[in-house]
Amino acid sequence: MLMRKLFGAAVAALVLASPALAQEKVPAVVYDLGGRFDKSFNEAAYTGAEKFKKESGVAYRDFEIQNDAQREQALRNFARSGNDPVVAIGFSFGSALEKVAGEFPNTRFAIVDMVVEKPNVRSILFKEHEGSYLVGLLAGMASKTGKVGFVGGMDIPLIRKFACGYVQGAKAGNGKVEVLQNMTGTTGQAFRDPVKGGELARSQIERGADVIYHAAGATGIGVLQAAADAGKLGIGVDSNQNALHKGKVLTSMLKRVDVAVYDAFTDAKAGKWSAGFKVLGLAEGGVAWALDDNNAALISADMKAAVAKAEADIKSGAVKVHDYMSDSKCP
Amino acid sequence: MELFDQLINVLASTIRLSVPLLFACLAGLYSERSGVVDIGLEGKMLGAAFAAGAVAAVTGSAWAGLGAAIAIGVALSLVHGFASITHRGNQIVSGVAINFLALGVTALLGQAWFNEGGRTPQLPGSARFLDVTLPFADSLRDVPFLGSIYANLISNQSIPTYAAFAAVPLTWYVLYRTRFGLRLRAVGENPHAVDTAGISVARLRYAAVIICGILCGFGGAYLAIAQSAGFLNEMTAGKGFIALAALIFAKWRPVPAMWACLLFGLLDAVALRLQGTVVPGIGEIPVQVFQALPYILTVVLLAGFIGKAIPPKADGIPYSKDR
Repeated sequence: MLMRKLFGAAVAALVLASPALAQEKVPAVVYDLGGRFDKSFNEAAYTGAEKFKKESGVAYRDFEIQNDAQREQALRNFARSGNDPVVAIGFSFGSALEKVAGEFPNTRFAIVDMVVEKPNVRSILFKEHEGSYLVGLLAGMASKTGKVGFVGGMDIPLIRKFACGYVQGAKAGNGKVEVLQNMTGTTGQAFRDPVKGGELARSQIERGADVIYHAAGATGIGVLQAAADAGKLGIGVDSNQNALHKGKVLTSMLKRVDVAVYDAFTDAKAGKWSAGFKVLGLAEGGVAWALDDNNAALISADMKAAVAKAEADIKSGAVKVHDYMSDSKCP
Repeated sequence: MELFDQLINVLASTIRLSVPLLFACLAGLYSERSGVVDIGLEGKMLGAAFAAGAVAAVTGSAWAGLGAAIAIGVALSLVHGFASITHRGNQIVSGVAINFLALGVTALLGQAWFNEGGRTPQLPGSARFLDVTLPFADSLRDVPFLGSIYANLISNQSIPTYAAFAAVPLTWYVLYRTRFGLRLRAVGENPHAVDTAGISVARLRYAAVIICGILCGFGGAYLAIAQSAGFLNEMTAGKGFIALAALIFAKWRPVPAMWACLLFGLLDAVALRLQGTVVPGIGEIPVQVFQALPYILTVVLLAGFIGKAIPPKADGIPYSKDR
């Protein structure tokens, strides 16, 4: 008798406590291998999800995969337990999402950096070449040796797109600039090897580079460290990494993965969801360069003016930054 | 002159990259010379690297980090010793178990304690072993050749680096010029003879695996708090296994072990620098070629150049009195 009473009370409490659950579905986000706090790409996604939680009061669920085999599992688990929308962070989720999205046609999915053509998937792409152009311009102007460096993670077209935009920007900043380029590796491991990143940066510094941009996730932590240790400048990527080494990080190329996640969550909540693909460039606020207290002293008035002009020109179409992925070539 | 500078840079990078190999290789040398096969070098270094990163982050002291790394290295070695010396278990199995244990536990604890995806927090300069400048390095820098070698190659390395290269002659001396070394070599070749002479086989082998743990501790600490600024999942990345290959190259001798490790370091350093180089007539060589180079050369060297490598006779065989 007592048991039944208790049980009844517990059920009542549960029902009362979760009115939100009944009406609203809990959104979810799955991070890529770098992990939630990689100070870069995945952390940007986390920031966006946190912002949504703070503003809407709706909790979300998230998961950090530990290996490639978990990609499909994680997406399927969230979809099966009724989470909606489910956002996958990173191009590597492409094939897993293709499969899972087919199995759960009524769940809404989103993926960053990859196109998955399913009626219930929103694919979000960024014009990284535009953002990289801006930081390349700053690098070209800041370099005293006339040599700047780039360290990429895994050697894939997406990372070459960063490199290509950067080269074009650096040349716009200094016509005679030489750009040293290295890729860390050819597997996903290349995004999490700071020791190798540091060695690559040191080799570029030895060859005369004094500003080094990385597009290499956690590997880039080693790049920025090596640049700071040698008294040179690094350039961060994805999240604002200026604070990692105050005064030693020229700027960061912001890729607003946070905006992508935040938009996906709020659109779904407000009933404004749309599938298909979205490309976020400079004009849409999808990419930007970071200026804060940590690097204010490094950015001269000239540089600020030049980059502001470049931003306006790209938005108006007067300057077109070539996209490596359009023809797999860099001019 | 510019070519000479480049050469110095490559060699400096070689030294930085071969230090963890050298520590692991010497660690394996002590262990295997005493007759205990150690395939767990990788796991011990990983565990030690985690301990170094975690303790240095909490205390802010590089020396405390090194101490913790050595403690964990020795602890894991004792597990290996307990299984394979006291209980005469299969040494390969015990070593592999240590590798898996270290891989899982470091990731788990890293995530639980620091919540940064298994990494330890980024360390400030004061909690790391930074490069030290030896006396007169700056004033001698302008002396042609020798000055440059001294200032850029010999100076400007971190303390564990010097320790690694000091450990080579020390190991040689211990192994070939002390009573302990003689017994250590004997116990790896013919433990029955050592036992007959009234010396404890188990005690000698335990001493060897403890030294092995200390050296692995140095290697792990170098990875986490000298070469980089914090621990990262799987940061040993197979270095323990490459060190084992180097040990075989060197036929279980300390000085050749150093050269073997330097060779692997050189291949790595060259591969990093040759990326994107344009060769006349062929064009740009794909990155993959240089990344595969160290492994291809390993196979070629192992297959053709080192001759027969004969391990210590009792290597891998648990000792029991009645056999």
